[in-house]
Amino acid sequence: MQNKVLMKGNEAIAEAAIIAGCRHYFGYPITPQTEVAAYMAKKMPKIGGTFLQAESEIAAINMVYGVASAGLRVMTSSSSPGISLKSEGLSYLAGADLPAFVVNVQRGGPGLGGIQPSQSDYFQATKGGGHGDYRMIVLAPASVEEMASLTVKGFELADKYRMTSMILADGTMGQMMEPVDLENLKVSKAPEKPWATTGTKMQRKHNIINSLYLKPEELEKGNIERYERYKIVEENEAMYEEYLMDDAEICVVAFGIAARVSKNAINEARSRGIKVGLIRPITLWPFPKAPFDKAKEHIKTFISTELSMGQMIEDVKLATDCKANYVLCNRVGGMIPSPEEVLEQIIKQNGGNK
Amino acid sequence: MKTTELLFSGFGGQGILFAGKVTAYKGLTENKNVSWLPSYGPEMRGGTASCSVIISDDAVGSPIVSHPDCLIALNLPSLDKYESAVKTGGVIIADSSLIERKVERTDVKVYYIPATKLANENNIPTLANMIAVGQMLKALNEYNEDTVLQALKKVVSAKHSDMLDVNLKAVKIGYEY
Repeated sequence: MQNKVLMKGNEAIAEAAIIAGCRHYFGYPITPQTEVAAYMAKKMPKIGGTFLQAESEIAAINMVYGVASAGLRVMTSSSSPGISLKSEGLSYLAGADLPAFVVNVQRGGPGLGGIQPSQSDYFQATKGGGHGDYRMIVLAPASVEEMASLTVKGFELADKYRMTSMILADGTMGQMMEPVDLENLKVSKAPEKPWATTGTKMQRKHNIINSLYLKPEELEKGNIERYERYKIVEENEAMYEEYLMDDAEICVVAFGIAARVSKNAINEARSRGIKVGLIRPITLWPFPKAPFDKAKEHIKTFISTELSMGQMIEDVKLATDCKANYVLCNRVGGMIPSPEEVLEQIIKQNGGNK
Repeated sequence: MKTTELLFSGFGGQGILFAGKVTAYKGLTENKNVSWLPSYGPEMRGGTASCSVIISDDAVGSPIVSHPDCLIALNLPSLDKYESAVKTGGVIIADSSLIERKVERTDVKVYYIPATKLANENNIPTLANMIAVGQMLKALNEYNEDTVLQALKKVVSAKHSDMLDVNLKAVKIGYEY
């Protein structure tokens, strides 16, 4: 307990980013992620870093583009409507193969929506949002501890693959406090970035950071190379947690806060003798295939618990060849399914046997 | 294996979030798993504040407390809103100086304490919240002066270290009531 302090998820992200070597933060306030910016505003000036509240989300993401071009660890954070504004920048970052770290503490949508927790930006994060063929590494923490550890991981993966990695959290994860031990966070050194625009000192050719390729042959080549890199990410970086899956006949699939709620329901169902387990994707892209390869052999029904109208459920179907039964257990608009609602669905799928 | 789910609720400014934070830190000091989740939604704009605190021997599942083992209600709207949510056999701590009515449920244990009045009488008018915490720890049989003090040290910032003693005093007043 000695090293553990209580921190809000948003603050844990900010402190972990600093530990990971991020010294440049650009943002624009929006509930429920404002604590990230507030923490950075307080800390960055004290450690020689830059905190800048930009004039808009669009300005902030383009400042990220600038610092990333210079090869430094950089981040921005926002919530759903703000991420929509940043999406043009996310596409440009991908087109220029720049490493960046972005946080989305989701709130209900569409439009300005509300300020309560949501997971309805799953499609936006995992399938694009900006234009063009590109991917982001999408990390879905389910505790304050993971808000911190996945932030470090996010910076490392971004550098390793020259991609944007995004934390896809929600209002609950951002606002809740849990014990976290930041002193034991392990950070690997940032790799060399020979491509960065750091000044030639007249000793090398210019590095050019750009996403405009008017010759289609060149643009096609860049896209294909990028997707070869994405394939390596898919093969190596998928993360997930399995819970009570060995003898399960029903499988709940959930991430973030939905996974926390589902665990309560699963524990209750288990105490009633129902064989149910959980697969919790930790990376939403790459979507973890391995646990589903195993699960599809013995699972009759997958229950996708989401704070959306059913977005991740499509990936669950794809990962299991659409061969099982699929049920959506959801609440939207800032509502969160209760453990009782998930339990009710589990019981229903168990043939109504309580 | 024991899990205690607590719901603190009252007006904004009564120190609801602070009381929850001290309680969570007390659990952490005792090597329990804990979570703390504030309300931050539109209800906050209406002047009420609440927070969910869970203290458990196991890993904490959902941090959202919808059926508390113990409700700490520091105003009438809080009691009106959450009385029916408390678990059967659970506990309600009510600030009887601000809540004139009685609890209607008969399947819960109720502890009325005039926390706001006691705070005023003891010249610590901002600490009705901690008086309620003292009464809560007594009701739940969880009072431990040492861990309460350790928790306060974590929550009360170094700048305001003079506030440590009065906070502890408030908890004691609540415990001894």
